[in-house]
Amino acid sequence: MRRRRILGRVLLYLALLFFAVLYIYPFLLDIGTAFKTETDAAAHPLNPFPQHWVLSAFRELEQEDFLRWLANSVIVTVFVTLGRVLFDSMAGYALARLRFRGRGGLFAAILAIMAVPGVVLLIPTFLVLKQLNLFNTYPGMILPLMTDAAGVFIMRQFFLSVHPSIEEAAKIDGAGIFRTFWSVVLPMARPQLMTLTILSFQGSWNNFSTILVAHESPSLDTLTTGVGRLVSGELGAGSQYPLQLAAALAMTIPVAIVFFIFQKYILRTGEGAIKE
Amino acid sequence: MSALEPAGQAEPAGQAEPAGQPEPAGQPGPAGQPGPAGRHRFPRWRLPGKARRQETAAAWLMSAPVIALLVVFLVAPILMAAWVSISNWTGIGSPFSANVHAVGIKNYSALLSTPGLPQQQLGESIRNNLYYVILVVPIQTALALGLAVIVSRQRLAGRGFFRTAYYFPSITSSVAVSILFLFIFGSSGVINAIINGFGAHGPNWFADPNGVLHMVLSGLGVTTAPSALAGHGFLGVSWWDWLAGPSVAMVAIMALAIWTTSGTFMLIFLPAIYAIPADLSEAAIVDGANSWQRFRRVTLPQLRPTMFLVLTLGLIGTWQVFDQIYLISQGNPAGTTLTPAFLSYLTSFGNQQWGQGAAIAFILFAIIVVLTIVQRLIISERRNA
Repeated sequence: MRRRRILGRVLLYLALLFFAVLYIYPFLLDIGTAFKTETDAAAHPLNPFPQHWVLSAFRELEQEDFLRWLANSVIVTVFVTLGRVLFDSMAGYALARLRFRGRGGLFAAILAIMAVPGVVLLIPTFLVLKQLNLFNTYPGMILPLMTDAAGVFIMRQFFLSVHPSIEEAAKIDGAGIFRTFWSVVLPMARPQLMTLTILSFQGSWNNFSTILVAHESPSLDTLTTGVGRLVSGELGAGSQYPLQLAAALAMTIPVAIVFFIFQKYILRTGEGAIKE
Repeated sequence: MSALEPAGQAEPAGQAEPAGQPEPAGQPGPAGQPGPAGRHRFPRWRLPGKARRQETAAAWLMSAPVIALLVVFLVAPILMAAWVSISNWTGIGSPFSANVHAVGIKNYSALLSTPGLPQQQLGESIRNNLYYVILVVPIQTALALGLAVIVSRQRLAGRGFFRTAYYFPSITSSVAVSILFLFIFGSSGVINAIINGFGAHGPNWFADPNGVLHMVLSGLGVTTAPSALAGHGFLGVSWWDWLAGPSVAMVAIMALAIWTTSGTFMLIFLPAIYAIPADLSEAAIVDGANSWQRFRRVTLPQLRPTMFLVLTLGLIGTWQVFDQIYLISQGNPAGTTLTPAFLSYLTSFGNQQWGQGAAIAFILFAIIVVLTIVQRLIISERRNA
């Protein structure tokens, strides 16, 4: 019995390790190959260690306007995230707490909108941006990504869970609706605001398809569409693995940093925060 | 847009009563988190007229940005695309200009009923995506569940490490992951290096249009199509070609999808596993159940609602595959990685056939809505039985 237990445990860890390798090794290969020469990359695809460490891929990346893509990604991400966090929590509060005619209808409409599959919206988004003369502008790339129903839902669910006595106390002290929202209830929502921030950071930083249909000039390329050009464009044919993998690596680093800093908000799984 | 409300979770619209609205029970959270346990509402009291007007004004003011964004960038685009899908707009000028005319269902019939290239391409894209859905959804769900069950064990060294490792691909952008897989499945890439290590010869993955089922059949000696299958077909694709299976190129893209999304779904399963009452498994242990029996009889039934959520999200997600196709294959080789989402893009932006492209988007929308409803019906029927 005891021996079987130990055997089971060994098998369990072997399975865990196997999958961990399957999920992590590609990233290690990415890091290593980014510092390889092209011939080295093609000759030893399985070896994560370069024979000679070279920075040529990164130099080339810089020539490909990488810094401009980075700046555009930052601009889009910052505005989208600020907009989503502010607007979603305002609407979420109104839907959870304020009494007004049409609240039920509004909430139903938002739920229905959440069900619209994003990829169906590519052509429609392009059409509207063209019509509004927003195509190929920063607002044209930012506003469609700021449009978000799920965040409203998350915030509404949180505000429903706040006990009303807190707001009543604020009211008795003479605070108006906006003041109560801004200085009393919103600060309580910090974990939810963090979640929302991370979700919209990740969503806009990684977004490819909406950005793709919202602009055409290379000067507006973000990291995703700029690097995407490296892959699917004329450079993709030459299969320049070090250059492409260096680009993939560079664009993943900010996401990785955010991930490791805010892990506890992302990997919140309901087992209690104390155990980690 | 009544088609948008298949979920049956919409609140009754136009509630006049200002306070104490009925709350729909058991709404699934967006990421499967159970809703907050306690909900509080203001007590019902009579508001004086002025305060009520103030509250109404504040509410609309606070919702205004979200409403404006949703109307301008969601409702209006859909209406506009609906118009384009029944018009002869060619992408020049505004679709509302005087020389653009309604052409009825012509764009739809060119895709659905008139034999020709558009119909054939749509048929192929649906076939390709169908195989993609049928294989990716079950595998990613099973993998996610397996990982979640193992990682949720109380006594497990390095639990946090494994969880992070499995989840990390999920937060990486589709562009970075596509690059990674172009390298891994490249002709002189990682997978082929491993295959060569076993003395075999790997395929040229992203250039191989051969259907996997056709390859199996030809291995069994069936190399030409039986005339019954070759002569007839559906949506411009012969039955023989419907049975091709996913192409080798598509298999590589499926591997990418499974690798990227299983971590996300693992994260949805985890809270549900932790929410299973401990005394249930303890009782099972006392009854002498081994770990497989405990999983089969205790864990799995308890995870039913989460399973439904994961399957639905998987189904909706897999029908929308676009980024990877655009970046890796552009529908090639031989149209075997074409998907409706990419075909819609290609038809509009590539060939300037905007009416047809918009029509494909609506057909895809219809496919997703219908399949979600069907899945819901199947599962609720089973629950009642």
